[in-house]
Amino acid sequence: MIKDNKSASGDQSYVRDSGNAENFSNHANNIVSTTVVDSYWKANVKLLLQLLVLWFVVSFGCGILLVDVLDQFSLFGFKVGFWFAQQGGIYVFVVLIFVYAVRMKTIDKNYGVDGESSSKNGD
Amino acid sequence: MDVQTLTYIFIGLTFVFYLAIAVWSKAQSTRDFYVASGGVHPVINGMATAADWMSAASFISVAGIIAFMGRDGSVYLLGWTGGYVLLALLLAPYLRKFGQFTVPDFIGERYYSKVARVVAVICLIFISFTYIAGQMRGVGIVFSRFLGVDITIGVLIGMGIVFVYAVLGGMKGITYTQAAQYCILIFAYMVPAIFVSILVSGWAIPQIGLGAETTDGSGLYVLDRLDGILTDLGFNAYTDGVRSTIDVFAITAALMIGTAGLPHVIVRFFTVPKVSDARLSAGYALVFIAILYTTAPAVAVFSRLTFIESVHNRPYVETPSWFGKWEETGLLAWVDKNNDGAIQYAPGAALEGSSPVFVDGRGLSGQRRVGNVLSPNENEVYIDRDIMVLAHPEMAGLPNWVIALVAAGGLAAALSTAAGLLLVISTSVSHDLLKRTLMPGISDRKELLYARLAIAVALGLAAVFGIYPPAFVAQVVAFAFGLAAASLFPVILMGIFSKRMNKEGAIAGMLTGLVFTFSYIVYFKFVAPELNTPEHWFLGISPEGIGFIGALLNFIVATAVSSGTSSPPSSVQDLVNYIRTPTGAESGRMH
Repeated sequence: MIKDNKSASGDQSYVRDSGNAENFSNHANNIVSTTVVDSYWKANVKLLLQLLVLWFVVSFGCGILLVDVLDQFSLFGFKVGFWFAQQGGIYVFVVLIFVYAVRMKTIDKNYGVDGESSSKNGD
Repeated sequence: MDVQTLTYIFIGLTFVFYLAIAVWSKAQSTRDFYVASGGVHPVINGMATAADWMSAASFISVAGIIAFMGRDGSVYLLGWTGGYVLLALLLAPYLRKFGQFTVPDFIGERYYSKVARVVAVICLIFISFTYIAGQMRGVGIVFSRFLGVDITIGVLIGMGIVFVYAVLGGMKGITYTQAAQYCILIFAYMVPAIFVSILVSGWAIPQIGLGAETTDGSGLYVLDRLDGILTDLGFNAYTDGVRSTIDVFAITAALMIGTAGLPHVIVRFFTVPKVSDARLSAGYALVFIAILYTTAPAVAVFSRLTFIESVHNRPYVETPSWFGKWEETGLLAWVDKNNDGAIQYAPGAALEGSSPVFVDGRGLSGQRRVGNVLSPNENEVYIDRDIMVLAHPEMAGLPNWVIALVAAGGLAAALSTAAGLLLVISTSVSHDLLKRTLMPGISDRKELLYARLAIAVALGLAAVFGIYPPAFVAQVVAFAFGLAAASLFPVILMGIFSKRMNKEGAIAGMLTGLVFTFSYIVYFKFVAPELNTPEHWFLGISPEGIGFIGALLNFIVATAVSSGTSSPPSSVQDLVNYIRTPTGAESGRMH
């Protein structure tokens, strides 16, 4: 589709029309082809959709839409729906972000886009 | 030592600490000033993000709001934490890879349009100033209640401190100060919460105490006990909701999307070294935020319980000393409707009008006299929700140093958020308006000078807001989230996840979301406030939740318009590919 010839030369720079001299070109040692970008992106989107489904089920599902149903059950001093809405939902959010960060690290590595080969100290 | 002296000592020490950090972390370049050179460790950035995000409102108001809303208060708990999932998965890593300084930077570049950039700047300034006004009110409350100084002087002292570390250090100074402020504010929040939890439930961890049995020997769970007391007094049970499900859904969604679209939060993720750090950092930020946000519902329950038990049916002359002290601030008032000399607490507002108007002289029991018309119900107590956090250490009879600590914590929360907001305002003026739009030729040094000037001007304006708080402050908080949700978030998201989205679509979408949300809120809050009831709302959604509909409209309009207009240039497709791959973020912007 777009600029497959560019990946062959390993140059992903694009020229901005705002007249700035800066560019977004990758380091020469970080060559990533467009096809790799596309399949890497698919893997990323698949993972984050799975996590967002969980995010929705826990917060909007258990904490809001099903809260009255779940409130019929109690766990210690909590009604279950109330617990999800004021405590549990927040714990799950934290877990979801760390699962994403860890799983993405593996995916980055598998596709060779984890930046391990680039300079560590930036500028 | 008395509370006043201890408060002076605590606040004085924290101020010296902030100034020391400012001197140590002076900014040398625009990159230092705007994004701390992208060299901040993810954990430190997480702390700074948490302090940046948790404002005076989070520290002082959230537990109070929940204490009086019960289960409906969940909208704030889920709404103000769930947004971080969206941020970590959908925005932060890609914006970090983009590697520029501001949110309008991204919108301007991705949509190859100065118009888009300027629209984004306008949204950003509006959102941020709305927010700052609230912080200044928090500073004013802490100073007037705890130090007994005039609000004007209090605001000026607070502003002076922010001025030094924000103008000197820019993002670098602000980041390290915020990390320190996080430690102070969370300590100040947790210490009284733990004490009160032990008193009420016997558990040191408030999150567990909330679900435990009370220590009063009744064998009842804390929540069941509160439900029982409230229903006896004629209130709804604490764990039942009264708002409609669709409204709770919309408000939660608007707050989540709004959180993810807040410029001063997004820009924090520009400061970490790598894309993977941005993901991790969002996780750390949420851990630090969750500590406070899972404690708040416990504080809410404990303080409501303590409050009712210590005032209801008690003769005024026998109330603990905190009651009289808080009457002096005007946040608490009592009117003896049945002339029995005792305080009766019941549903409904005790007074007509939004707050008590005190008149000279004392009532028969020695209470401050109130000039308002009395409401025809049995409730005799006016109580401002903000008291619940500020006064619960006193209600529970905690030592003086805990009370002084809460004052220092409240100030840390207000100052850290104000500094973060001032920075995004000044950055968008010096960088987006001057450097990128009006005066493209200026040097790095000049830009840095303008950034410092802009922060000083913004600070001056914020101080004016603090000293002369506009009457509409409380009314417009819904604006900040509604507008962030309806304008910025959808355009940034589509800019990353769609290669087809073009400038026509983005501008049309932003304007639709902005105008719709703005008009809806203005209509119900200012034009026809008497119609602000569920039967008049669109689909039963309140102005607080309408940003969710605004965001949906933004998506729909942007998609429709872009499909009828030409594709973005190929350079933009390359930019999208560039931000989607994590490689090489450190070298993304070399001078």
